[in-house]
Amino acid sequence: MKDDHSPHDLHPPKVEVEPLPGTIPPLDGTLDANDIHTPPEAAIGEADLRAAEDGEVIKGNSLWRDAWRRLLKNKLAVLGMIVVAIITVASLFGPLVIKMATGITPDYIPGDAYLLKSFPPFTAPDGSFSWRHPMGTDSQGRDLLARVLQGGQISLMVGIISTLVSFLIGVSYGAVAGYLGGRVDNLMMRLVDVLYSLPYIIIVIVLLAMFRSQTARGQLILLFVALGSVSWLTMARIVRGQVLSLKNQEFVLAARATGVSTPRIIFRHIVPNTLGPVIVYATLTIPTVMLSEAFLSFLGFGVQAPLASWGSLATDGIANIAIFPWQLIFPGVTMALTLFSLNFLGDGLRDALDPQMRKF
Amino acid sequence: MSNNGTLLSVRDLRTYFDTEDGTVKAVDGISFELKRGETLGIVGESGSGKSVTNLSIIRLIPSPPGRIVSGEVLLDGKDILKFSDEEVRKVRGRRIAMIFQDPMTSLNPFMKISRQLMEMTQLHLGHSRREAYEHAVGMLETVGIPDARSRIESYPHEFSGGMRQRVMIAMALSCRPELLIADEPTTALDVTIQAQILELIKQLKDDTGASVILITHDLGVVAGMTGRLIVMYAGKVFEQATTRELFDRPGNPYTKGLLRSVPDPTAEQGKLYQIPGLPPDVAHLPPGCPFAPRCERVEEICRREFPPFVALTPDHHSLCHFAQEVYDESARERDAKGIVG
Repeated sequence: MKDDHSPHDLHPPKVEVEPLPGTIPPLDGTLDANDIHTPPEAAIGEADLRAAEDGEVIKGNSLWRDAWRRLLKNKLAVLGMIVVAIITVASLFGPLVIKMATGITPDYIPGDAYLLKSFPPFTAPDGSFSWRHPMGTDSQGRDLLARVLQGGQISLMVGIISTLVSFLIGVSYGAVAGYLGGRVDNLMMRLVDVLYSLPYIIIVIVLLAMFRSQTARGQLILLFVALGSVSWLTMARIVRGQVLSLKNQEFVLAARATGVSTPRIIFRHIVPNTLGPVIVYATLTIPTVMLSEAFLSFLGFGVQAPLASWGSLATDGIANIAIFPWQLIFPGVTMALTLFSLNFLGDGLRDALDPQMRKF
Repeated sequence: MSNNGTLLSVRDLRTYFDTEDGTVKAVDGISFELKRGETLGIVGESGSGKSVTNLSIIRLIPSPPGRIVSGEVLLDGKDILKFSDEEVRKVRGRRIAMIFQDPMTSLNPFMKISRQLMEMTQLHLGHSRREAYEHAVGMLETVGIPDARSRIESYPHEFSGGMRQRVMIAMALSCRPELLIADEPTTALDVTIQAQILELIKQLKDDTGASVILITHDLGVVAGMTGRLIVMYAGKVFEQATTRELFDRPGNPYTKGLLRSVPDPTAEQGKLYQIPGLPPDVAHLPPGCPFAPRCERVEEICRREFPPFVALTPDHHSLCHFAQEVYDESARERDAKGIVG
């Protein structure tokens, strides 16, 4: 047999295979009650607990956790994160705290010696030192610190909500266009191109002027919608690009081969894979939108009194810049600080979520 | 219901791709039948149309540029190609499941193993979350993943290639499909893992009674696994026979070339045979036999006329002008060896 070169010697070498411990479980959903030791959630919790007890890290391995670790190594990003957190917390609770401490609300116009006079920081009406107004007062005698913090609420809200609007529209639009491809993609993206070519600030101004609302709150909502509806364009392009490269990956084919429906493939399988760049871009969109809001408020289209934003405060301050510089400086500096921090955070996130660094 | 135990019947399937270079006839008139519980091997070089054949069966051809021009794919007598999209989705994963070549990329990197496994049974069997979870754990145990209950909460990148392919198999088999299509399931794996995975597929196939289509370019893989073989070249079936007969007595020069190019450990050390030339450009096929430019026993007629599909025995077909001669020659070679041995 030594010389037997006949091909049926080609059988693969038999390798000892480990015995298969289980049998295929029943399909009809009838599970033996004894089979169910713990519900999934409990099982996860147990595993975590065991890991903690053993003092070794079994988990801590998801892609998000890796990214988080990398983000924490970036000092500038961490600093940005801290500053943003402080300003957010201060804006949320600051006005309340001030009111409880001194009884001053952001739109409280005093009837005494402070009335209709602007005092510099830490100054009482008689010119002596006072803790009452750390940022001074505005030209109507209102406490500037309270107003800056309340303005922060509005500015951050505009930034975050408009970014969310752009996130929702942009991600769905881009993902659908990218996944469907072909003519649909062409049509959808040409529409984006057309919208891109229009000067967006003019669109926003037209929108705001056309639907000008009587109430300050209505105007604010209009501002969210207007800013959000123009800032989704870049998001849509980013997501579409990502989806184009992802949809030809084998795991998408595998999902289709298991009978998963198209919407589910797009939003459950593909979109989570695009989230890295999307989060980075969203973080960088917040300061852009806030800047646009300030600009619009500056032009008189944005936030209406009695509400205030950093933009509208700065506008008020500009009028008196030569005599009462603190009216511009404090809102301006707070806003600049926030924008810087958000940008640093965004850059840090980009490095942390860089797809090149991902280990698959 | 059962047409003589035939599960899948592919008839004259043609899948073309429209490219700038012209129409690529990736699959051009493929026919075969698969009985319940049978394992069919499809062998061929890269680009011979084996994967496209199987993607066509469950209608996953990217379109455009691909289109299924003609043919029937009868699953239990019903033509899948005429199904609505909704009906096809119910077949995919439930009745016909696939395992892909590269386990590194065929699992979603952003989804936990548990969710990917649970999706299958929640979708097709209407399992609740808890049922699906327990079923998924059971499937992982079935495919031999140790400590399945804690491993199931991992992400794919925490698994090795062989483990991931086991997960893919668990996924594919979790709805007990009637047909499992394994598209080069071991190509991307280490040799030692290859045998384990093949053995696993074989064992699970025996347990569940599923039919299997095994696509590969490795004759060594199909030899021990399959009952029947199809050899594909340039989108056409070149030879079709039982595995034993095809190895024993090939009736096509291309098959002979493939068999000779498998390394033989018992042979004297020497140069490994290779079929000269490259697979043809399927967009611009010559009028005659597509294998003619590379064939050893090519004659004038091969370049001129497309060869006939000759029935050597009722169960053995070969696409060659000289099928009978090659077949007889193979028999003589085999007997000669037998005498020497």
